[in-house]
Amino acid sequence: MKLITKHFGELQILEENIITFEYGIPGFTEYTKYIVINDEDEDSPFCWLQSVEESQLAFALVNPFLIHEDYNPNISDPEIAKLGDGEEAEYSILSIVVVPEDIEKMTANLRAPILINIRTKKGMQVILDGDDYPVKYYLFDRLQKIAK
Amino acid sequence: MLALSRKKDESIMIGDHIEIKILEVNGDKVRIGIEAPRDITIHRKEIYLQIQEENKAATVNTLEGLSKLKDMMKKK
Repeated sequence: MKLITKHFGELQILEENIITFEYGIPGFTEYTKYIVINDEDEDSPFCWLQSVEESQLAFALVNPFLIHEDYNPNISDPEIAKLGDGEEAEYSILSIVVVPEDIEKMTANLRAPILINIRTKKGMQVILDGDDYPVKYYLFDRLQKIAK
Repeated sequence: MLALSRKKDESIMIGDHIEIKILEVNGDKVRIGIEAPRDITIHRKEIYLQIQEENKAATVNTLEGLSKLKDMMKKK
């Protein structure tokens, strides 16, 4: 199907690739259908979560394991169960990125990762218990190291 | 907002499936137990609001910012 987006223009997407966020994402709970768009640059640690319902809505996501050495989020079974069948399921864990005017101050939200069950195509933003990981994790330095 | 008074070990039912129980009262701290269906998310309000704000901030300027970032990286 055709998807018109503000940032990526017109895209051809497969309906079977649409990820359902049953409860939406905090701040945007009215939107429940998204598609993951890979960065045009193969080596990029970023990808995009584009809303299928609102053309202007897209989040930049980064692979948290690339930018944080010991990222080991403790996601409880009940949380995982919300995404459906857990048997041999494959999950994608990604962090929403915030890019302020000063790019060097960009951050990734490690406290509330986006969790996607690749098989059931269901997703959610999980808010981790405790404060092991920050809401604002500064990743600019790490990105520079990866780029080299 | 509905306001009720409860003592330790007393509960409140919200609908048929959500129970809020006062487990412990210790000075100005109350320990609250919550029973809810597994598809309901429960969070301390401050953290929920913080995540909300962070998500909203994430939709501002991001594409432009990341383009700039890529340019910066390429120059190195």
